[in-house]
Amino acid sequence: MASTNLTEQYYDLHEHAHPDGYSTTLGFWIYLMSDCLIFGMLFATFAVLGGNYAGGPAPKDLFELPLVAVNTSLLLFSSITYGFAMIAMQNGSKKGLIGWLILTLCFGLGFLSIELYEFHNLIEEGAGPQRSAFLSAFFTLVGTHGLHVTFGSIWLVTLLFQVGKHGLTEANKRRLSCLSLFWHFLDVVWIGVFTFVYLMGVLR
Amino acid sequence: MSYRGCSMSLLRAGAMSTQPTLLRHASRLGSLVSLASLSACSPVVLNPAGDIAKQEASLVVTATLLMLIIIVPVMALTVYFAWKYREKAGARYEPEWHHSTQLELVIWAAPLMIIIALGSLTWVTTHTLDPFRPVSRIAEGKPLAADAKPLEVQVVALDWKWLFIYPEQKIATVNELALPVDRPVHFSISASSVMNSFYVPALAGQIYAMPAMTSELNAVLNKTGTFDGFSANYSGSGFSHMRFKTHGMTDADFDQWVANVAKGGDKDSAGALDTVAYLQLEQPSEKEPVRHFTAVADGLFDKIVNLCVRPGKMCLKDMMALDARGGTGKAGIFNVAALTYDKNGRETTIPVIPGRGGQQADARTKAFVRAICVPDGVKTPVPADAAKLSLASPARTPLS
Amino acid sequence: MIPTHSHWTPLLGRLGPDAIPTEPIVLATFAAVTLGGIALVGALTYFRLWSYLWKEWFTSVDHKKIGIMYMVLGLVMFLRGFADAIMIRSQQALGFGGSDGYLNSHHFDQVFTAHGVIMIFFVAMPFVTGLMNYVVPLQIGARDVSFPFLNNFSFWMTAGGAVLVMLSLFVGEFARTGWLAYPPLSELAYSPDVGVDYYVWSLQVAGVGTTLSGVNLIATIIKLRAPGMGLMKMPVFTWTALVTNILIVAVFPVLTVVLALLGLDRVFHTNFFTNDFGGSPMLYVNLIWIWGHPEVYILVLPVFGVYSEIVSTFCSKRLFGYTSMVYATCVIGILSYSVWLHHFFTMGSGASVNSFFGITTMVISIPTGAKLFNWLFTMFRGRIRFELPMMWTVAFMLTFTIGGMTGVMMAVPAADFVLHNSVFLIAHFHNVIIGGVVWGVFAAINYWWPKAFGFKLNEFWGKVSFWCWVPGFWIAFTPLYMLGFMGVTRRMRVFDASFDAMRIYYWVALFGALLIAAGIGAMLVQFAVSIWKREEYKDESGDIWGGRTLEWATSSPPPEYNFAFTPKVHDIDAWADMKAKGVARPVDGFQDIYMPQGTWAGIVLAGLSTVCGFALIWQVWWLAVVMLVGIVGTAIFHTFNYNRTFYIKADHVAEVEAARTAQLAALEKGAA
Repeated sequence: MASTNLTEQYYDLHEHAHPDGYSTTLGFWIYLMSDCLIFGMLFATFAVLGGNYAGGPAPKDLFELPLVAVNTSLLLFSSITYGFAMIAMQNGSKKGLIGWLILTLCFGLGFLSIELYEFHNLIEEGAGPQRSAFLSAFFTLVGTHGLHVTFGSIWLVTLLFQVGKHGLTEANKRRLSCLSLFWHFLDVVWIGVFTFVYLMGVLR
Repeated sequence: MSYRGCSMSLLRAGAMSTQPTLLRHASRLGSLVSLASLSACSPVVLNPAGDIAKQEASLVVTATLLMLIIIVPVMALTVYFAWKYREKAGARYEPEWHHSTQLELVIWAAPLMIIIALGSLTWVTTHTLDPFRPVSRIAEGKPLAADAKPLEVQVVALDWKWLFIYPEQKIATVNELALPVDRPVHFSISASSVMNSFYVPALAGQIYAMPAMTSELNAVLNKTGTFDGFSANYSGSGFSHMRFKTHGMTDADFDQWVANVAKGGDKDSAGALDTVAYLQLEQPSEKEPVRHFTAVADGLFDKIVNLCVRPGKMCLKDMMALDARGGTGKAGIFNVAALTYDKNGRETTIPVIPGRGGQQADARTKAFVRAICVPDGVKTPVPADAAKLSLASPARTPLS
Repeated sequence: MIPTHSHWTPLLGRLGPDAIPTEPIVLATFAAVTLGGIALVGALTYFRLWSYLWKEWFTSVDHKKIGIMYMVLGLVMFLRGFADAIMIRSQQALGFGGSDGYLNSHHFDQVFTAHGVIMIFFVAMPFVTGLMNYVVPLQIGARDVSFPFLNNFSFWMTAGGAVLVMLSLFVGEFARTGWLAYPPLSELAYSPDVGVDYYVWSLQVAGVGTTLSGVNLIATIIKLRAPGMGLMKMPVFTWTALVTNILIVAVFPVLTVVLALLGLDRVFHTNFFTNDFGGSPMLYVNLIWIWGHPEVYILVLPVFGVYSEIVSTFCSKRLFGYTSMVYATCVIGILSYSVWLHHFFTMGSGASVNSFFGITTMVISIPTGAKLFNWLFTMFRGRIRFELPMMWTVAFMLTFTIGGMTGVMMAVPAADFVLHNSVFLIAHFHNVIIGGVVWGVFAAINYWWPKAFGFKLNEFWGKVSFWCWVPGFWIAFTPLYMLGFMGVTRRMRVFDASFDAMRIYYWVALFGALLIAAGIGAMLVQFAVSIWKREEYKDESGDIWGGRTLEWATSSPPPEYNFAFTPKVHDIDAWADMKAKGVARPVDGFQDIYMPQGTWAGIVLAGLSTVCGFALIWQVWWLAVVMLVGIVGTAIFHTFNYNRTFYIKADHVAEVEAARTAQLAALEKGAA
């Protein structure tokens, strides 16, 4: 009898499997931290090279703050609308969720369009990433953020389809939460970009 | 772009004398031991001819001896325990013994003690043997004369040879370094293209030679003779042959040597080192013979460091000054010219293509920023025969 | 887009007939590899093994199989990397007295670069990742890792990077820059060919795999430990794996960024590390070593864990000072971030900065020393069985100590000025990497092989390998230590007359390398003989060494689900504790077990990424875009698959476990 007790003490005889996605949130956080390091390194690179204009133009010659301000507000609003999407999700409102997500997507695409417009203008003027180390660092930092927003948007569209098809399943909710983390993370990074690159650049 | 702040003046006063006497004795003993065991094939690093290198060698030995205090017992115990507690021996067996606070204290504290000793030694010697710091003595027991002024030598690592410029003597050499013994030398070191490391083991430890930067080395050679010098950092295909001889000479011999080089006419003489000759010399080449230049263009080293030997290129220091003032605005965007490269990737001919045109026109284009102090239409001071080497024509597009 | 090659065409990018090398050595290798490859493919087809491999291995998400695949990858690349080593040694032995040796600089410079890159990224990394993959879930009593699909994908990305490196041998060339590719040498201006692009993109592809595998294993260790296994009850190997993976996640992004910036410089003509236009090569040097130094600990910490497991197992004794071992591991992990500048004391950072980094470097030797003492005092009053894993461990303890000492010598900046970049440095880091990491991996292979395959490795050939390797190592590298004191620098291809007296040292070193080659040969024979006589070497107990941790609590090889019932942990050495208490294995009441399902997505995504890397190297833009779209499309398609798990039915579990019960009963009867 004692040995049965021991067995029970040393083996989980009535085990319940970990639910699906048991580690997902933690894993996604760890991934985000590694992504955060990527941005950290790009910020550091910009900090080192940001003043090396190579006898060329400086931020104050190039950046149009009103445009960037519009851009920033678009992204900030998209974070808010994503927040509402998550509230809708928690209330079980599929329609509301999809509506808010589409609005978020529109803001995201608006942000990307303005960024592309800005890049296009700079390159047209001859101030492309080749002109100086400052511009290389600028295009890479802002462009990497833009790439993230692009992938976030693709992901968002995918989720729209999946929610449409399968509804608010546990798996979809988990995915929406991960994208939510990702989206807000990009927002936080952008606040850094806006302050550090644009505002401080023009002040420099 | 001088790559370096100031050194710690606080520690400038105390030379090797700050090293604890015990360690000094230990290191002397160590030198003997290591010399005896290695003397078969001259270990120049441990038995050098310059005071700085000597101090560095004794530091190597001292550090080793300090560590042996702990390394030897550990290795001995490993062997002893492995033997004593082998299964067949049937020695005392305590399977549950796994903790002892006293023992833990010892195994953390003993290495800590060694590291504290080694750490203080490190702090002191890193400052006293800082290559940027002027030497404080000629040799052990030979103080520096009050009015001693170091010999200036400018060193440039080229692909794949060494250029030595003696700015005070206004001569230069390739792959040959001559130094008067017992006189401090101050090297200013840079490179034309990629990273190298300037190392004469008999004289002093190495320091990197890096483009657009100046590193410095202060040293003194105490023996006459010929010593090897080389690049200690791989820099491309000709790296193995990037070697030179260092000749330690008496003051009189050195003066004689300088006079001979300046006079020209010997088999190694290659005329004067002007901009054109330098641009030719800068081209990649391997196994270069020794060359002596009878004269050197003024400020050549400065231009090399600032990447603007080629006429029409903006000097880095000017660029940095402009940048510090906020750049040149959008007008500066087009102040760019271009070089092209041959199939080995080295620059050869230079059609000047302004602005972005340069990047679209030729597949292998590399652009550079034009000097804005070269007025439009003014001929650069480059003889016609060097046209293919240097800027073919002056900047044609004015600053828009 | 700016094409950077005069032969660039839209269809083939920089690819042209000149991409195929003409050097006889390379051609012969090419021919041999092609013939061997055809033979292998033919054999697999003949024996109809493709579908087995695809179903049971390539698409498997079982951490054990993925672990084994990592080890196979590491072993294959190890042979390639060692071939490079022999080429370096023989060229350096021959290139004396005016002779040019047999390798020109174009070839030799690629060889030493490839040797370093392969040995670090595609040998040492797969080996330690493979070990962690195989052992960690078993040690913590889990059924698999947290993200099994990601695990499969990570492996194939690592393999994809290896494929790209191997491809550079036959299509184009590899970098001629040294293994860290310092700019400006690695910039387009001085390395216009595809070599550095191969370097950048192969490491990027592999780096994605490494980072994700790091994320995966951290989540696994934090979330999936068996009930009762608090952090301070984790096996030491799992602890070192945790710290290692935290290091991976914290530094591989730095490598990703620095390589991406170099790649941008080369493809888009940006100016991060160029000489002109305000670039800063020093920035690269700093960034790459911020990754590079922790990388050393990423490699060595897991094998410290291996040695800890082995010492306590073969001394039949609890590990001495578990707590201080854990703290030492964490301290090493943290300190490894604060030492990177010691790789370039000679770049003139100033005395105070140099002193700081020198002293932090020395400080790391304190926890490392503590670890050594812990192993030492585990042996003290133990009962040491000198099986192969233990032999490797003792050899490691003696060898690594010397390597540590020479490392601290170079941590003193002013001493480093005379030893930096010399062959003394080469001897030092081979001393710690071979004497630490490589031997640790061999010890681990000998230790866990019976667990993975159910039979022991042949002892005779293992000992032959050991006695070739250990003296071979010392014969190969002692001359280099000595040459370092004679002022001989690394990466030399030929030696002029002033070196004549030193030739003998290079011949001795070559002899040592050949002894090592014999050691590797013996190891391969050991594997072959063991597989051949696997019935003879069979271990049915599942606990061949008298192990102390949970991986020994299950059968060898373990069933797909690892444990029919998850063990509950009450003490540090959970299995030793269970054995001491005489806990009976549960024999009935089995339940359905929830398991992840295999998927094709990992290998397909990694394959597309590899082709994408190839297209980027050769600047075949259309192909790169197609592949990128393919990657995104495939990933999206994969997310529509919601059925990624299945149940192993209780009946099946009962069947497997009944067989196990019978096996154990028979064993007991035999023993009685």
